[in-house]
Amino acid sequence: MALHNLKPYEDRILIDNKNNFKKVAMATAIAAATVFTSMSAFSAVHPVTGETLAADQTYTYRLLDGIPTMDPTLGEDVNGSQIMRDLFEGLLNQDASGAEEPGVALGYDVSADGKTYTFNLRKSNWSNGDPVTAHDFVYAWQRAVDPKTAASYQWYMKMMNVVNINAVADGKMAVDQLGVKADGDYKFVVSLDAPLPYFASMVTHPVTFPVHKATVEKHGQAWTRPENMVSNGAYKLTEWVLKERNVRERNTAYWNNDATILDKVVALVINDENQALIRYKAGDLDQTEVPAGQYPAMKKSLPNEATSFPRLCNYYYTFNLSDNGPEVFKDLRVRKALSYAIDRDVIVNNVTKGGQYPAYSFTPAATSGFKMPTIDYSKWSQKDRDAKAVALLAEAGYGKGMKTLKFDMLYNSSESHKKIATVMAQMWKQKLGVEAVLANQEWKTFLETRKTGGFQLARGAWCGDYNEASTFLDLVTTEAGYNHGRWVNKEVDQLMSDAKTATDPNINYTRVEQIMAADMPVIPVYHYTGVLMLKENFKGYPINNVQTTTYSRVMYKTAK
Amino acid sequence: MFSFIVRRIFSSIPTMLILILISFALMRFAPGSPFSTERGLPPEVLANLEAKYGLNLPWFEQLFTYIKNILFHFDFGPSFKYKDISVNEILAQGFPVTLTYGLWSFVVAVTVGIPLGIIAAIRHNTALDYAAVGITIGAQVLPNFVMAPILVIIFSLWLEWLPGGGWNGGQWQYVILPVIALSTSYMASIARIARSSMLEVLHSNFIRTAKAKGLPMRNIILRHALKPALLPVVTYLGPAFVGMITGSVVIDMYFSTGGMGQFFVDAALSRDYSLLMGVTILFGVMTILFNAVVDIAYAWLDPKIRL
Repeated sequence: MALHNLKPYEDRILIDNKNNFKKVAMATAIAAATVFTSMSAFSAVHPVTGETLAADQTYTYRLLDGIPTMDPTLGEDVNGSQIMRDLFEGLLNQDASGAEEPGVALGYDVSADGKTYTFNLRKSNWSNGDPVTAHDFVYAWQRAVDPKTAASYQWYMKMMNVVNINAVADGKMAVDQLGVKADGDYKFVVSLDAPLPYFASMVTHPVTFPVHKATVEKHGQAWTRPENMVSNGAYKLTEWVLKERNVRERNTAYWNNDATILDKVVALVINDENQALIRYKAGDLDQTEVPAGQYPAMKKSLPNEATSFPRLCNYYYTFNLSDNGPEVFKDLRVRKALSYAIDRDVIVNNVTKGGQYPAYSFTPAATSGFKMPTIDYSKWSQKDRDAKAVALLAEAGYGKGMKTLKFDMLYNSSESHKKIATVMAQMWKQKLGVEAVLANQEWKTFLETRKTGGFQLARGAWCGDYNEASTFLDLVTTEAGYNHGRWVNKEVDQLMSDAKTATDPNINYTRVEQIMAADMPVIPVYHYTGVLMLKENFKGYPINNVQTTTYSRVMYKTAK
Repeated sequence: MFSFIVRRIFSSIPTMLILILISFALMRFAPGSPFSTERGLPPEVLANLEAKYGLNLPWFEQLFTYIKNILFHFDFGPSFKYKDISVNEILAQGFPVTLTYGLWSFVVAVTVGIPLGIIAAIRHNTALDYAAVGITIGAQVLPNFVMAPILVIIFSLWLEWLPGGGWNGGQWQYVILPVIALSTSYMASIARIARSSMLEVLHSNFIRTAKAKGLPMRNIILRHALKPALLPVVTYLGPAFVGMITGSVVIDMYFSTGGMGQFFVDAALSRDYSLLMGVTILFGVMTILFNAVVDIAYAWLDPKIRL
């Protein structure tokens, strides 16, 4: 078995060095051993699909950067969450389509008033053999909310409406007052202040995952080192070199270990996406992102490997409607004209070129349960939109022969954002005679400028934290931290607050989108797609789950 | 000689302090904070984070505690971005990587560069000289961010001889490409400096005298010309050495070595104050140290300096 752990290129080096007889002999021995072990693995087929499985079940993929933390409670990035979901298991998981399925909880009961959730836990173990109990969840949830932990995703916990959560989070109440309790070892009970229709879908997020109290308390922040970590997921962390690699291997103590196919998952940090693509072609990786704009070329050269699928992320520009913002943006006609004049088809087909979807709404159409309203200008032809834009702008007193509309357009430094901004500015210039001055700032400076309102028109983007429209639409309420454009609409606030307890909140979301289309506080540009290279024999990647919630335990490699 | 060394070492302490002060100030003046995110953190969480990292203290107290911890506990503090790792651990993980490929690059650059330059000078205006000049100019103008991907395409994608990146604990196959990419331009500079300085020495009066005395050319070069010809090379080697062992963002990015170079940029972009300070101090100490070593070596090579 150990021979299988050799990296593919090491085999190659040995074989290619033909002058050295000893090495050739070794290579032959390795080859023979490989054939031998794969023969014994010939009987291995996928239990559901019946495909013959590859002998070497190691999945290697590219990470953009080092993962900031291996602690599920502290994590905040998408790539980290993917690893967390392999190492830990929460109450519920997502299936290939994104629907909830049992995790540590076999299921749950909701009280008649919708305010008490009782999760019935299965008997399962931590990687050190300890049982996973409801107490572990109580501890993890208290830890996530505890202000001393200073978890960045504390806000997520707050959105779950758990009893006393705000007081505990603000440090005004002890953590044991939080509305979560263990009823025996295998019933985890959560009390809510008010019913939350999508509560169950929220417990698939890593911040809600259990952590092993004894380990955390014993090692402090070093509990996440491979040698210390105790976890309950399908994999164990075996190697973590910050900016080089992260390796996890099968956890034999996992309750459903028999169903896990991949033995080992290796994440390699490769900053440069083009370099990653070269290494994918060299066979070092099973999965990597397609660099911006290269999807059509890759689709042509490797049609069975280049894949594009919808993701729950939006890309937009926000008007600064606060007192710091330009007076002219307070004119609805100007906002509408600028939005109408953007030819989104040109942007997705000729600039981003990754199968992205032109956006006329804030919430992506792919969001679960969301009913897209009829947005008038999405149905018009671009020619009509342009004509309408010219007319609206003229009414506002700008355009050819009148005053020239001039403003700054801010985005965070990146080649692809620059391309999009340039094209947008060009469209405005040609169609409306508007002068948009491009400015870019490095990420943290950009965030600061946005936050303090020191911009006129600024880029924004958001990826859903859970598959429900409120993950997007909560951002445009008056109170929202990310509403940097300071759009204030009382009706939207009311609709979003009502949605939290409504039986069908999607009616409210549809209405909010209608209001946004009419008031145009932001210019939606496109909705993201995931654009990946996936090796032909690598299967099970969740391309049908718009959140791309990955679980390595359901992925596998077939024999070539 | 001893007092020269002592003097040299003491004079670097104020330099170091100024470096710490300036980088500390520059960092705090940069807009944004380690905790700024898109959504923005609620004030309570922010307050907790700031308390956790001591950012709620007045700046002089922060600076004082910081320097004190380094001097007395050799503790560079917790990283702001990497939440469960301390700066010490990051340096301990990344610096050996950088040191390994940096040292090898230095060895390659010197052992190839100096002989190449010397031979080109001795065979002045021959095909060999032209070839050497051509190669070094080429190597010098080819930036390593162009060379790195080309190397990977040739050696990993086409020939399949070497891994295209990663470190794997410093296994030799993983070290070769980073070393080639990093050492080439240094090698070229060394060769060019060695060549021109050797040419100058070979045209000087004492060499003519040696030739007139009928000494064999071999002796003239090894005994008389080499030492003075190497002086300018040595001046260059100090900063070059530091440049190589402190790593390179480009090498780290393209070969995914996990070395220190990329932490420099990454720490600045993510406003990871303590990590940035740690890396700056480490690099600063290296720079000052090896400049001192060069000065001392210089004093040994050229007695005039010691006066």
